[in-house]
Amino acid sequence: MDENQNQMSEQVRAGFPWKQVIGLLLSLALTFIALWIAVGLSLPVHVTLTIIVGLAIFQAFIQLFMFMHVTEGTEPVHQLIGILFGIYVAFAVVGGTLWILAYAL
Amino acid sequence: MIDSIKSFMGWFFVTGDPMIYGADASIALASIGIVAVLTYFKKWKWLWQEWLTSVDHKKIGIMYIIAALLMLFRGGVDALMMRTQLTLPNLHFLDAEHYNQVFTTHGTIMIIFVAMPFIFGLMNIAVPLQIGARDVAFPFLNALSFWLFFVGAMLFNLSFVIGGSPDAGWSSYAPYADVEMNPGVGQNYYLLGVQISGIGSLATGINFLVTILKMRAPGMTLFKMPMFTWSILITSVIVVFAFPAFTVALALMTIDRLFGAHFFTIAAGGSPMLWANLFWFWGHPEVYIVLLPVFGIFSEVIATFAHKTLFGYAVMVWSMVAISLLSFITWLHHFFTMGNTAPVNAFFSISTMLIAIPTGVKIFNWLFTLNKGRIQFTTPMLWALAFIPNFTIGGVTGVMLAMAPADYQYHNSYFLVAHFHSTLIAGTVFGIFCGLHYWWPKMFGYMLDETKGKWSFWIFMISFNVCFMPMYFLGLMGMTRRMYTYPAGLGWTPINVVMTIGAFGMGAGFVLMAYNIIWSAMHGKKDATGDPWNGRTLEWSTASPAAEYNFAHIPEVSERDAFAVTKEKRKAGNAGTVKSYAPIHMPNNTGIPVIMASFMFVAGFGCVFEWYWMAIPGVIGVIACMIARSFVYNDHHYISVEEIKRTEAATGRLS
Repeated sequence: MDENQNQMSEQVRAGFPWKQVIGLLLSLALTFIALWIAVGLSLPVHVTLTIIVGLAIFQAFIQLFMFMHVTEGTEPVHQLIGILFGIYVAFAVVGGTLWILAYAL
Repeated sequence: MIDSIKSFMGWFFVTGDPMIYGADASIALASIGIVAVLTYFKKWKWLWQEWLTSVDHKKIGIMYIIAALLMLFRGGVDALMMRTQLTLPNLHFLDAEHYNQVFTTHGTIMIIFVAMPFIFGLMNIAVPLQIGARDVAFPFLNALSFWLFFVGAMLFNLSFVIGGSPDAGWSSYAPYADVEMNPGVGQNYYLLGVQISGIGSLATGINFLVTILKMRAPGMTLFKMPMFTWSILITSVIVVFAFPAFTVALALMTIDRLFGAHFFTIAAGGSPMLWANLFWFWGHPEVYIVLLPVFGIFSEVIATFAHKTLFGYAVMVWSMVAISLLSFITWLHHFFTMGNTAPVNAFFSISTMLIAIPTGVKIFNWLFTLNKGRIQFTTPMLWALAFIPNFTIGGVTGVMLAMAPADYQYHNSYFLVAHFHSTLIAGTVFGIFCGLHYWWPKMFGYMLDETKGKWSFWIFMISFNVCFMPMYFLGLMGMTRRMYTYPAGLGWTPINVVMTIGAFGMGAGFVLMAYNIIWSAMHGKKDATGDPWNGRTLEWSTASPAAEYNFAHIPEVSERDAFAVTKEKRKAGNAGTVKSYAPIHMPNNTGIPVIMASFMFVAGFGCVFEWYWMAIPGVIGVIACMIARSFVYNDHHYISVEEIKRTEAATGRLS
C-alpha cells in the first residue's frame, strides 16, 4: 500500500486525449439525438421511450469507459461494489418513484 | 430617479421590522469590527496565507467547525424566537409570515449548515490522522468543498436582510414553494444556497471515500480501521448516492422558478408530489449522513473511556452497512399521508421498522462495551452516555411513527417534531459536542476545562429533556407543527411554557460551552503528550496539534486499536526501531478554491435576483478558475529532513 505516501501524480504527457474527445462528442451526439427523437419526431410514446432508454444506457457505458476509468485501479472489487450499489440506488429511485406515484401519473 | 432608487432599496433590503434593523446594525458592526481588528493587528496576510488558502485537512476542519458553531448560534436564536412566540397563546412577538421564515431558516440551517459541516469538520480533523495519512486524497478539492459550503451558507443567511427569507419550510414542498404561490426571492435563496453547499458536500463524500479506501497506513486492512473511520466510509457512500437526487430536485425547482418550467406544478403536466418524493429520497439518507458519523464518534469515545476494545466490532460494521442499504428504501415514511396506495405504505412501513434492528444492535454493542469497563466520566464520555437513553427514546418513537395507520394520527403534530429533535439533538448534537470535546486537544493543543464542560453538559442535557419530553404529549393533545400561535383554553399553555423554559436552558448550556471555549483558550491545560485521554487510535500517537505532515514516519499497523497496541508493546519494553527521516511530500496551498467559491457566490446571488448580467460573469469566473487550476503544474513541495527534525524536537518527539 504505497498510496499513503501522497506520491506526486505522474505527469505523463500521453499525447492528445483522443479517448476523452471522442467520448465528449459521442455524449453530445447521443444527448441531442435523444432530444430530437422526443421533441422533433412524433413516434408512439413507447417507441420513443424505448429508443431514448437505449441511448441512455449506451451513454452510461461511454461515461464509465471514456471518463470514469472503470477498467483501471488496483482493487477491482471497489469498482464492482460501487457499480452494484449504484444499480441498487438507481432501481430504488426509479422503481420506487414509479410505484409510489402510479396512482397520480 | 431618487424615487426609483428609494423603491429599489425598499424592495432590496428587508424593511419594517425592528428586529431586522437590529440584525442589520449588528451585522454591520460585527463586519466593521472584524475588518478593524484584522487591519489593526496586521493580520490580513496571516489570514490569507495560513487559513483562506490552506489545503491542510486540520485547518479546513477547524474552519468547518467555526462556521458550524456560528450557524448553530444563528439556528439557535431562530429556535428561541419560535419558542418565545409560542410560550403563551395569542402572542404577537412574531407575525405569521415572520414565523414561517424563522422555522424555515431554523430547519435548513440546523441540518445543512450546522449538522453536516460540523461532522465534516470533525472527520477532516480525525480521519486522516486515524488512518495514518498525511492529508486527504484530494486536498485541493477538500478546500473547494469547504469554501462552497461556506459561500452557500452565507448566501442563505443573507436572505433575512436582503430580499427576504424563504418561508416554505426546510422541506420546501411544491406547489407552495413554486413561483405561482411563493413569488419573490426568498425561495431562490434556499434553492441556490443549498445547491452550492450541496456541491461541496458531494465532493467531500467522494474525497473521503477515496481517502479511506486508498490512503490507509500499511497493514491497516478495512477491518482494522477505527470505528469512526468506518462510519465515515459508509457515510461517504451514502453522500455520493443520495446527494445527486437532491441536486436534481433543487435544479428542477430552480428551472421552474427562474425559467418558467412546470416540473412541480400541475398546470402543464408536472407533479407536486414528485418534489416530496425526490426531496425525501435524499432527505432520508441525509438523516443517516448526520447520524452514522456520530455513531462512530460514540464508538470511539465509549471504548476509550471504558478502557476496553469496542464490543462486537464486525457487527458494528455490518449494522452500518445494513443501515446504508435500508436508508435508501424508507423515504416514503415522510409522506405516508400523501394518498399512496396501501401496498406502498405497507412496504415502506416495514422497511422503516427494519432499520431499528441494526440500530438497536449498535445500542446493545455500546452497552456491552461499557459492561465491566473501567468507566471514566469525562465530558465527552458524559455526552456519549447521555446519548444512549435519550436517542433510544427518539428511536422508539420513530418506530411508532413508522406504523403507517398510526402515522395518520401523528403526522405533522408536535409528536413528530419531538421525535426528530430527540434523534437529531440526542444523536447528532450530543455527538458533535462529544467529538468537539474529545478531539479539541488534538485540534488546538490544549484541553477544554472539564468542570465547565460538565456543567454545560448537564444544563444542556436536562434542558433538552425539559423542552422535548413534554412535546410528545403536546403532539398527542393535537398541537400541530408550524402553527404560529394558538388560542387559549386548549390546555396547551402549561406545556408550552415548560418547553420554552427548556429551550432557553439549552441556550444557556450552549453559552456556557462557548464561554468554556474562550476561557480554555486563555487558561486551558496544555496537552504536551498528544495523548491526553489515553486514546486507542492513531490520532493520539502524534503531537497535539499535529504537525503539518501529521506523522514524521507513517505508522505501521498490525492490529485494531493500533495505538493501544503500540503502547502495550512499549510497556513490555519493545520500543520499536529508530528510523531516519525522509523528506515529506505535501500539497501546496492555493487561493483558487476561495476565489472560485466567491465567483460561485456572485453567480448564486445573480440567480437569486434573476440578474443574469451578474450571474453569467460569475459562472464564467468559476470556469476560468477551473481552467487556471488545470494549468498549475507546481502544486507540491517537500518538507526537508532538517525541518522535520526541528518540528519533532519542538514537541519532544525526536527519536
